[in-house]
Formats: sequence, C-alpha cells, structure tokens
Amino acid sequence: MPVTIEIPTAFRRFTDGAPKVDCSAATVAEALDALTKRFPELSRHVRDESGQIRQFLNIYLNEEDIRFLGGESCSLQEGDRVLLVPSIAGG
Amino acid sequence: MSVHYELRCRECGKTWGNVPRSFCEDCFSPLEVAYDYDALKRIAKRENLSSRSFNMWRYSELLPLTEDFTPTNATGGTPLVASRKLAAHWGLKSLYLKNDAVCFPSLSFKDRVVGTALVAARRFGFETVGCSSTGNLANAVAAQAAQQGFNACVFIPADLEPAKVLNTAVYGARIVRINGNYDHVNRLCAQIADRFPWGLVNVNLRPYYSEGSKTHGYEIAEQLGWKLPDNVIVPMAGGSLITKIAKAFKELVTLGWVEDKPVKFFGAQATGCSPISDGVKRNLARFEPQKPNTIARSLAIGNPADGPFAMKLIRESGGWAEDVSDPEIVDAIKLLAETEGIFTETAGGVTAGVTKKLLAQNRIKPEETTVVCITGNGLKTTDAIAAEFPVREAIAPRLEAFEAYLDAQLGATAAGAKA
Repeated sequence: MPVTIEIPTAFRRFTDGAPKVDCSAATVAEALDALTKRFPELSRHVRDESGQIRQFLNIYLNEEDIRFLGGESCSLQEGDRVLLVPSIAGG
Repeated sequence: MSVHYELRCRECGKTWGNVPRSFCEDCFSPLEVAYDYDALKRIAKRENLSSRSFNMWRYSELLPLTEDFTPTNATGGTPLVASRKLAAHWGLKSLYLKNDAVCFPSLSFKDRVVGTALVAARRFGFETVGCSSTGNLANAVAAQAAQQGFNACVFIPADLEPAKVLNTAVYGARIVRINGNYDHVNRLCAQIADRFPWGLVNVNLRPYYSEGSKTHGYEIAEQLGWKLPDNVIVPMAGGSLITKIAKAFKELVTLGWVEDKPVKFFGAQATGCSPISDGVKRNLARFEPQKPNTIARSLAIGNPADGPFAMKLIRESGGWAEDVSDPEIVDAIKLLAETEGIFTETAGGVTAGVTKKLLAQNRIKPEETTVVCITGNGLKTTDAIAAEFPVREAIAPRLEAFEAYLDAQLGATAAGAKA
C-alpha cells in the first residue's frame, strides 16, 4: 500500500533533509520498519531498547493518534499519511 | 542578573543553552529549565523578598527571566484562604485554598505561565505569540500579548465555552477554531511551531512557560509561613502544574528557605478525561490516552504531555490520583461557593470534588495541612452550572406582591419539609 510518512524538522537530519518519505506498507508498524530500514540512524529514536515505540514519540495516522486505532498494527489505506511528532507539548 | 539557567533534557540530561525549543534534539524527550543552584544560593535571599510586592515576580531570581526584564503586570500573589466552613464540613483542622480564580489579569493560573513565556518570546525575538488552548491559556495569552505589543494567534477546539472565546476575542487576538478536540489542536500546533517563526507559549516556549507555574508553589509555602504542607491537591490537564509545584518546593528546600518534609501530591481529573488518574489507579507503566467527554473543558486533554512525570511524582510522593463525574463537579463548585465564597470554574470543581473523595478514602488525615489548588474562575464556565439555577418568576414592585411571594416560598418550603 503506497503511503507517505511526514517527517518533522527535528528528524530530517536522519532523512537527508526529506520532509516526506513515501513507502509501501500494510500497517503503521510496517511503515515505521520501512522508514528505519532506509534511514537506520532513526531507529533508536523511533523504538526503545525493548522494541516499543518511544514514550515521547507520538504517531498519527491521518488525523488520529494510532493508540486510538489499535496501535502500530493498524491497517493503512492507499494514500494514507503517517505523521511523527516528537514529544508532544501543550497543556 | 546573570544567566544561571539553561534547558536540559528530562531524560538524557543533555544541556542546550537557551533556545526556543521544547524537546531534546538528541533523544526527542522533553526539555526543562535547569538552574545553577550554587549560583542561586548566592544571589537569591529570602530576606530580600520583604521589600518586594506580593506577586509572582518577587521570586524573579528563581525564574528564567532576562537581565533587562521589568514586570508589567502584578500577576499572581493570589490569596491562600484558610478554610473555616469547608474545613469544618469535611472535618479537617488545617485546610487551605490557593485561589488563582482571582489571578491577574485573566483570572486563571495561566497568567503565571504566560508571564514567563512572554519574557522568553521577547528574548528570542518573536513578534507573534500563540498557543493551543482549552480556553484559560488563550485568555492569558491574548490579554498579556495585547498589553506587551505582541501579535496573538490562538488555536482552540471549535466547541469551547462561549465565555472563554469571548474573553480571548475582546483583547484583539486572532482566534483559529479547529474542528477537533484539544489533542487535535495541540498536534496541529506542534506542526505550526515547526513551520512558522512564532512563539507558541506551550509548544516551542514550553520549558520557559511551565516555569511560571512554580510561583503557585512558592506562594503556597510563603503564605504558610515558609512551611510546606502535608498534602497538595492539584488539577491535572497536561500534568505540568503538579510537577512544577513539586519543583518549587524542592527548590525552596535546596535554597534553605523552608525545612524539608514529605509532601504528598494528589492529582485531580474529571472521570470523562482521566488518563493520568487512570494510569495511577491501575498502576500502568504508561498512561492510555482518552477521548475527552466532560464539562471540565479546561482539563480535557486526552494525551497529557507531562502525564508520565505527573504519574511518577504522585507515586514517589506517596500521593494518589482520583477523578470525579460531571455531577460531582457541579456539586463541588456549589459547595465551594456556599462554604467559602469562592466561585471556581469546572476545574476547581474537579479539585474540590476529588478532595472530598480522597477524604472518604482516608488518604488525607484531619490533622494534616492540606492545600487545594483552585486554578480558574467560575464566571468563565457558567454554562456548566446554569441548569442548577433556573430563572425565577418576577414579581410586581409592590410590598404586597413581595409578601405574597414570601408566603408562596415559605409555603413551598413548608410543604417541601413535610414531604
């Protein structure tokens, strides 16, 4: 499934400056794997030592936090956007 | 004042100087302001405070201010009310209400955080400031930006209480209504801060912004006669305030301004948006985000940025977290008004309602000193309680009409008593 991962400025030093990365994936987990395989230096910022998505990294599928969609196993549709937000602020 | 503070990562500890950024570029965890406490011990003296006005700026050395900073607002310095009737009602010997419902200029504790955030905005050269807000923060940003000559652009959920929208619009701020809840607004603001050269107070200025909350804690300690309480009950939205009150108490101990003692921190949420209290009560390693559904709109943050830190603090202090339903919030608002003459918004109803619950659970003891933090004003959320007070029929301006009215009222009361 062709999808687009949107890269925040802080992560772009690991993606050769690319603000968006296109890949093919059936789930968010697959999309993250495709991303970190292509840019290995990003791996440690996406997952912790136990393989879990890092506590302060927020991942959205289109407009929704993936934790409301069943987590990283949630399915992707063609043209979906996966957004990474390091350390959500606010409050 | 020399610069004796800088940003430090709360996870990896790396320092970053002073920059408009909320997260560590190495490990992407949140940043906070860290101080050189040895330097502070030399320059900050408790006795110097006696000649200063009672507002948040009396603690200026303990805040991330600039050398040329001059306060323009008497923000903070709110009453610590020694409760009599509510304390008696609850059977407590030493109950205090820290009343930021009357914080200047916009009637919530958010005036404190905007105070320090706009000092940072000026320092970093921003001309436009803004925020993602559940209402009170938008009020505070709009008011202080107007006074200090910043452009203001605030982002709010589209269905916010009308009074909170009006209390932002009146200052001339640009208001962008977002179709979504606060967490959608907040995520958008993270992207906006990434794209636009703006000072979003609770995004890229967040480390400086949240330091303003410490003054709520400094004031509590000073108003108790430079003593720490046994218990503090704090409303939680993003979870920042409770951690900053703890930081304030710890700093006062470090500086030798108060004696060290254990303080239990209790967090209060609405059941309709309770990711932090749920995490504490179920002893989760990580909180689970929620979709907010509560009248306590100012606390309706389903993905709280400081949730992990608030949970850790509550656990380590020996405190607890609880949550209350919407009807319990309304009852607590009325109770606070009827016993102490304090009209708080829904968040204050949450805090008071949770306090009652903690008492019933015997987590707070009658002889202990307990401080309940009231953070916002009831005039902003009148719609939440309007149904409790239906408009009565008017009477003619004649004495006999009033007498008839009284007879009817007393009759109704008597009939009610009989029933």
